[in-house]
Amino acid sequence: MNDMSAPPYKVVGTRPVRPDGVDKVTGKAVFGPDFAASGMLHGAVLRSPHPHARIRAIDTSKAAALPGVRAVVTGADFPTLESLTMALGESSGDVLDIARNCMALDKALYEGHAVAAVAATSTLIAREALQLIAVDYEVLPHVIGIEEAMAADAPVLHDTLFTKGLDATPDKPSNVATRFVMANGDVESALAGAAAVASGRFTTAPVHQGYIEPHACVASVNADGQTQIWASSQGAFMIRSLTATILGMPISDIRVTPLEIGGGFGGKTTVYLEPVAVLLSRKCGLPVRLVMTRDEVFRASGPAPGSVVDLRIGADKDGKLVAADIEFRNSAGAFPGSSVHATAMCSLACYRIANFRVTGWDVVSNMPSSAAYRAPGAPPVVFAVESALDEIAMQLGLDPIDLRLRNAVRPGDPGPMGMPHGPVALVECLEAAKAHPHWTAPLAPRHGRGVAAGFWPNYGGQSTATVSVAEDGTITVVTGSPDIGGSRASMAMMAAEVLGLPYEAVRCIVADTASIGFSMVTGGSRTTFATGKAVVEASEAVVATLRARAAAIWGIEDDAVTWQGGAAQAAGQEPLTIKAIAAKAGQSAGGTIAAEATVNPLDYAAGLAVHICDTEVDPETRQVRVARYTAVQDVGRAIHPSYVEGQMQGGAVQGIGWALNEGYVHDAGGRVANAGFLDYRMPVASDLPMIDTVMIEVPNPAHPFGVKGVGEAPIVPPLGAVANAVSRAAGVRLRDLPMSPDRVHAAIAAKG
Amino acid sequence: MTTATYHAPASLSEALGLLAAHPGAQVLAGGTDLIVQVRAGRAAPSAFIDIKTIAGLTGVRRSGEGFAIGAATPCTALLKDAALCAAWPGVVEAANLIGSVQVRNRATMGGNLCNASPAADSVPALIAAGATCLIAGPQGEREVAVTDLPQGPGRVALQPGELIVELRLPARPMGGGDAYLRGIPRSEMDIAVAGAGVALVLGADGLCTAARVALGAVAPTALLVPEAGAALVGTRIDDAALTRMAAAAQAACKPIDDKRGTAVYRIHMAGVLARRAALIARDRAENNA
Ligand SMILES: Cc1cc2nc3c(=O)[nH]c(=O)nc-3n(C[C@H](O)[C@H](O)[C@H](O)COP(=O)(O)OP(=O)(O)OC[C@H]3O[C@@H](n4cnc5c(N)ncnc54)[C@H](O)[C@@H]3O)c2cc1C
Repeated sequence: MNDMSAPPYKVVGTRPVRPDGVDKVTGKAVFGPDFAASGMLHGAVLRSPHPHARIRAIDTSKAAALPGVRAVVTGADFPTLESLTMALGESSGDVLDIARNCMALDKALYEGHAVAAVAATSTLIAREALQLIAVDYEVLPHVIGIEEAMAADAPVLHDTLFTKGLDATPDKPSNVATRFVMANGDVESALAGAAAVASGRFTTAPVHQGYIEPHACVASVNADGQTQIWASSQGAFMIRSLTATILGMPISDIRVTPLEIGGGFGGKTTVYLEPVAVLLSRKCGLPVRLVMTRDEVFRASGPAPGSVVDLRIGADKDGKLVAADIEFRNSAGAFPGSSVHATAMCSLACYRIANFRVTGWDVVSNMPSSAAYRAPGAPPVVFAVESALDEIAMQLGLDPIDLRLRNAVRPGDPGPMGMPHGPVALVECLEAAKAHPHWTAPLAPRHGRGVAAGFWPNYGGQSTATVSVAEDGTITVVTGSPDIGGSRASMAMMAAEVLGLPYEAVRCIVADTASIGFSMVTGGSRTTFATGKAVVEASEAVVATLRARAAAIWGIEDDAVTWQGGAAQAAGQEPLTIKAIAAKAGQSAGGTIAAEATVNPLDYAAGLAVHICDTEVDPETRQVRVARYTAVQDVGRAIHPSYVEGQMQGGAVQGIGWALNEGYVHDAGGRVANAGFLDYRMPVASDLPMIDTVMIEVPNPAHPFGVKGVGEAPIVPPLGAVANAVSRAAGVRLRDLPMSPDRVHAAIAAKG
Repeated sequence: MTTATYHAPASLSEALGLLAAHPGAQVLAGGTDLIVQVRAGRAAPSAFIDIKTIAGLTGVRRSGEGFAIGAATPCTALLKDAALCAAWPGVVEAANLIGSVQVRNRATMGGNLCNASPAADSVPALIAAGATCLIAGPQGEREVAVTDLPQGPGRVALQPGELIVELRLPARPMGGGDAYLRGIPRSEMDIAVAGAGVALVLGADGLCTAARVALGAVAPTALLVPEAGAALVGTRIDDAALTRMAAAAQAACKPIDDKRGTAVYRIHMAGVLARRAALIARDRAENNA
């Protein structure tokens, strides 16, 4: 692409109907829990009622003897810790934890931790069998909160966990897995000289990704070890490699078929049920289905970490940021891994700050093991930073967008990890926000307006795509990237653009792991960028073949043939359409026209977003209403603008929920008190205004169409944007999320 | 494996016979509480006695000057009775705050009452309106004030073998008006953090001659607060009277901190909601004078 500012695209940038749309609106789509195999058994999982308990013994004999029960498994059926460690070598940690999270061995680490599973001829029998399993628990003291878990006398979850990243290795295990530090310059003297300093503690609750479709899978194991798994997830290859590794199986023995996914948001980038279903099926030789209930989804699948952030940020009298000192603690749940690197990296990535010190702590406690959630790690710390910037703007009497413009990073500035920033378009986003009528619209009484920015690095990664030409000249695109946001449409559009065909002539499917080469999870906002690159490369290879075939037919050089409008063109020749060339493929020595491309690009570009939010705070009930919301984002290039807008709106809405009412609530016994959609308060449609979107297109030069990735950046700013709006409307700074009405009431009452 | 049996009696006497014959049986109305509890393992009845199949238990009847609402009447059906909506809009609105339209197409006020959640939405409205319920059982029939039924979370003053046949609302007094409001962090599909029902009567001179104030979600049961009602009587429901009424309502609260909100906030909201509900009831009463 030579001139990226005025692309002459025919398909890219239009808004055709997604290929999976009809199936979804007619109820034909086969989601995870819908799939059935013949002769299939129904499984159920026994879960710990205690947040922390040693498992002394498990007696499954009565359950196994119940008529209709065909298989029972416990942690003892998994390969041993030692054999797994040997198989995994150095990088063993994570997979061991994932295995233990699938099923506890000697210790239950949270309420809902799986301890045994049963497969039976009906769900009712399987559930009854669970009640016949006798688990001898030694109940241990539990700890839920971050600071409580960090305390010196806290109950320790793992006696093998010694804090990494300290100056000296500790001699005692603790709940602190990692300390991570990122620093530059002299923070203290810069803060001492600052004209304005904002400081304080900000907290956020653990929140669930809230996908509608629960985790579900069917596994079928043959006597020779060959295994099939049908499951919805963000990565069939992820399921394949994790299941094989956890169970010590050759990867090629497992074939995973992706089913339609009912939401993932990062929460379906790991396994919970698949290894268990494989073990059950292996024991009885029949296919076994496992489906979580909503209650199990909340109690046993990954929330995003809660956090406690302390910070001080200083600016000079002109609003130039001079220093930032941030210390954050993320709650990883039962096993280490709460994205502390990403949290640190995203915390200040939007701004030029010479002096900074960012310290992050990864803390385990007796909660479900945290999992990825859109822009994992970024939203809570950015909420704290953007709140502090709002305070600085107030202290200095500056317009909050002007303050951010004064400090915004530009392409080539040092990035968060020292590498220079790529084509970041924060300035463009801030200017678009400032020019938007929302920013200058008069504010009604009791309303407040907040603004916040956010950065997400995006990702590249391995992807495979094949493009094949059917006998009639229509096209099939195959990828290994589960479609969680309309990517089948975007892939078809990019192929159609390259091939010069209408969108309808190209169909795209997501193949099983035996039918396409390895592809990483759909995550990190990478799919339209990386898998899209593979699709474009394969399409270009197909075009090259088509030109060569035409050249052969015409008896001229390949180079004399161009490809335009879906047909080969050469001087003095009638154009040869793809249909005509495809019809002759059988008579050509080359045969079928198809191409495969594999990519692993590193030249991905970050996404930046700026959100404006108006809220009204009821003067009596202290209830917050989101009155108006505008999301501005640099999207690189919107292949399918509607689905890009959908990502921006969805991210904004999930962020609004995080800000206002979502959050895990634990009772005194360490059990989740709100494990259902009635009391886990995600926003409902009537809670929200229309989310207005503004797409800025500053293309990524490393992608043929300029794609950057859009799925995650839009959940980074809303926490801060909403908090700043509420704080301005309420006249008091809200530092703790969620800002439920009782919290807003307490904050206003405390101010007096 | 023990499985519960399901029964669809055609008459009240058949239903009472089934209840007597099956200890551990539970009445099934809309099932929007009961089925959820069974699926979560929190209830395990030996038998379900469905009252939706009983002739005469579904629908709203005129009963003298007042209304009789069959115990199997779903909440959305109340909206279709224009006379009921005109007489007791607060009760109808309260019943139609429950869950979603889909839930309300099944859910009944009788089930809301017998489930005995402290946060049940229709109960404070019914109490404020002075509703009673007709109970049938092995010993025959009795009529009990709604306010006397809830005994604590999940407990009602029904004897074994008894069921509610209908809810009864008196005729709306001349100059009467009622209202119910609840506080929820979301705009719908949520459970009340606090609720307040107010029914009052304005005399020809514009002075309040009677008032009943009932609160939900601020104590183990819905509360009738006579002191709050008394604070309105003899006044024009002016600001001073409303302030005294709200203070009396707040003084009666005995809430807890839980997943849905703090005790402090619930007490605060009881006052806010009682005040706002009283203003709506006053406006309605003025239009009915
Ligand atoms: C998604 C959802 C949202 C909800 N939202 C709300 C809400 O906003 N506000 C609210 O108050 N409630 C809410 N509920 C709870 C429930 O819908 C209401 O309490 C409803 O009124 C129950 O009525 P039902 O007819 O479905 O009762 P059922 O479930 O049939 O019965 C409830 C209980 O009452 C007993 N019972 C029923 N009828 C009789 C009778 N005639 N005689 C004796 N015993 C009887 C049953 O045995 C059972 O113990 C919600 C429920 C769900 C699932």
